[in-house]
Amino acid sequence: MSLRIWAAAAAIFTVAAIPAHAQDTTGQRGVRIGLTYTPGTKPGVVVLPVDGPGGDSVRAIIARDLDFGDRIEVIDGSGVSQTSSGDGAVSYGIWKSLGAAALVQVTLMPSLARVAVHDVTAKKIAQSRDFPIAADVGSAQWRMDVHGISDEIERWITGVQGIARTRILYVKGGRVYVVDSDGYGERAVTSSGTAMAPTWHPDGHHIAYSQLGTRGWNIEVLDLAGGGARPVTATAGGLNTTPAFSPDGQWLVYAHGAENGTDLYAVPAFTGGAARRITLGRGTDNVSPTFSPDGRRIAFTSGRSGHPEVYTADFDGSNMELLTPFNFGDQNYRSNPDWSPDGRSIVFQSQLDGLFQIMTINLRDRSIKQLTSEGANEDPSWAPDGRHVVFTSTRTGVKQLFVLDTESGRSRQLTHSSGSRLSAWSRYLGRAP
Amino acid sequence: MIGKTRVAPALLFVVAAIAACGKKPETAPAPEPPPVNQDSIDAARARADSIAAAEAARRDSIAKAQAEAERLRAEHQAALAALTAPIYFEYDSDALSDQASAALDAKLGVLNANPDTRIRIAGNTDERGSDEYNLALGQRRAAQAKRYLTQRGIEDSRIDIISYGEERPAADGHDESAWSQNRRDEFEITSGGQQLKAAR
Repeated sequence: MSLRIWAAAAAIFTVAAIPAHAQDTTGQRGVRIGLTYTPGTKPGVVVLPVDGPGGDSVRAIIARDLDFGDRIEVIDGSGVSQTSSGDGAVSYGIWKSLGAAALVQVTLMPSLARVAVHDVTAKKIAQSRDFPIAADVGSAQWRMDVHGISDEIERWITGVQGIARTRILYVKGGRVYVVDSDGYGERAVTSSGTAMAPTWHPDGHHIAYSQLGTRGWNIEVLDLAGGGARPVTATAGGLNTTPAFSPDGQWLVYAHGAENGTDLYAVPAFTGGAARRITLGRGTDNVSPTFSPDGRRIAFTSGRSGHPEVYTADFDGSNMELLTPFNFGDQNYRSNPDWSPDGRSIVFQSQLDGLFQIMTINLRDRSIKQLTSEGANEDPSWAPDGRHVVFTSTRTGVKQLFVLDTESGRSRQLTHSSGSRLSAWSRYLGRAP
Repeated sequence: MIGKTRVAPALLFVVAAIAACGKKPETAPAPEPPPVNQDSIDAARARADSIAAAEAARRDSIAKAQAEAERLRAEHQAALAALTAPIYFEYDSDALSDQASAALDAKLGVLNANPDTRIRIAGNTDERGSDEYNLALGQRRAAQAKRYLTQRGIEDSRIDIISYGEERPAADGHDESAWSQNRRDEFEITSGGQQLKAAR
C-alpha cells in the first residue's frame, strides 16, 4: 500500500470528530459489534490515514496486523479521492462501494490513541475507546501498544482477539532471539554460547532455554524485563533440554539424559529443588514436552517404539498412550508436538520422503491434516489464537521462520536472516507496566 | 599435540646432561717448553684420542636419546590416534558396528596402558532428525561407547560424555556422504595425555 497516496488522500479527506468520551457501544468488551458483512467471507476494513507523529506508521502497523490476522480483508483505500461533504462527516457511501464493512479511525493525542471503528452500513461509529500509547514513537513499547490496538480492533470487528501483541522466541547462531509477531523489533536476548529450545513462561516475560556448558546442557531461566540468566537444573553434566512451563507457571518440565537414555522430569519453575521423574523410558529418548491447556496432560516425543513418535500421558507420567499412528517396520519419524491453546489438536512434524512436514492431529477422532509440502518444515508452535502456527522452513533454501494460517493455508515469512529455527510463540502479552 | 612439543626437548636435555657428566673435564694443555720428547707426543695423542672418544660417545648418546625420543613420540602418536579416532553409527541408531567395537577395543588397550588418562566422548548426529531429539540421540551414542569401555574395566570417573546433537557437523553437505561422517562419537583427552604409552 502506498503511504504517499494515502497521505494525499488524507489531505482532502475530512474525518468526523470522534466524541471526546465515546461510549463503548457493546457494553462489554469482547462482544462482537455485529457489523453487516456476508457470513463466511472476511469483512472488508479500511484503515484511515492517521495524523500526528508516527501516524503513518500507526496506520501501516494496524493495517498489517489486521491483514496478518487472516480474519479481515484489509482494503487499500489509497485510490479514493474523496471530497469533504462540508460538514465534517464521513462519506460512508464511497467506502461501501469499495466493499468496506468498517473503517478504522485513529486520532493520536499525547500518550493516547483514540480509536473508533465505523460501521459503514449503519453509517455510525460502532465502537470507540482510548488506548494508552508510549510517547517514544517507534520504541518497542510503542510498537506493542499499537499491536494491542490492532488486537482489540480485530476483536471488535470479528469477535476474536488478534495475535499482533505477541512475540516469538527462536534460535539463531547459538543465541536466543525475540521478535514481534509482525517480524519487527528483533533482538538477541542471550549474549553468547550455544542455546537451544527456548520456551515462554505464561507470564510473558520469563523464558527458559537450554544452554551448552563445558560439561553438558543446562536449563536457564531468564527474565526479559531484566536480570541475568539463572540455572534451574542442578545436574553438573549431562543433557538437560527442551524445557516447558506448566500453564499455571508453577512447574518446569524438561528432558534429562545421562547414561541411560533421556527422560522427562519436573521441577518447581522458580525455586528449583528435587526433580520429579515423569517418564520411564528404559534407555530410550523422551524429549520435547508440551502441556495440555488445563495442565493435566503432556505430549512429548519418545523413541521407545524404536523410532520417534508422539505420545501423551498424565502430568505424573501415568496413562501414557501413543498418539501418532505408525506401521510396524516403517522408518517414519514424528516429533516436536505442541498442544493447541484450545486443547483440541496437537501440531507436530512428520517425515515424508526424508523431509519433515507440519501436521496436526485432532485429539477427538485422530484425523491428521498435513499443512506444509514445500521444503523441509519443522518445530511448529501455536499462536495463542490456535489458528496460526510458526515453524522453521527451508523453502527459501535456508532455515527461516514462517507463519501459517492453518485455516486458509496462507503463509508469510517472519524472519529474514538465515539459520533461524526452534521458534516458540508467546501467549497474548499484556501491556508492560 | 602438547605432549609432542614439550616432552621431546625435555628428554634431550636430560640425556645430554647425563652424557656431559660422564666426560672428564678438559683443560687447555699447559704451554710446554721445548725440547719435545716422544713421551709427551704420545701423551698428547692419547689425550686427543680420549677427547675424540668422549666426543663420539657423546654423539652416540645423543643419537640414542633422539632415537628413544622418536620412538616415544611414535608410540604416543599411535596411541593418540587409536584413542581419538571417531566411531560411526547408522541412522537413528546407537548400536555399535563391528568396526566401532574394534575401534573401542583399541581405545580400551590405550586406556589400560595409561591409567591417568581421562577422556570425554562427544555424541553427534546427522542433520536429518529433529534438532531436539538429536541431542538425546547424541547423548545415547556417547553413553553407548562409554558403557562398552566401563563394562570392560575402565573406571567410570575417567570418562565424561556430552552430546552436541546435530550442532557440530564434521562434514558440511546434505547427502549420505556427509551424514555418514556426522553420525559419530568423538573422543577427546581431557587430562593425562602428554605421553601416551602403547596399548597393552
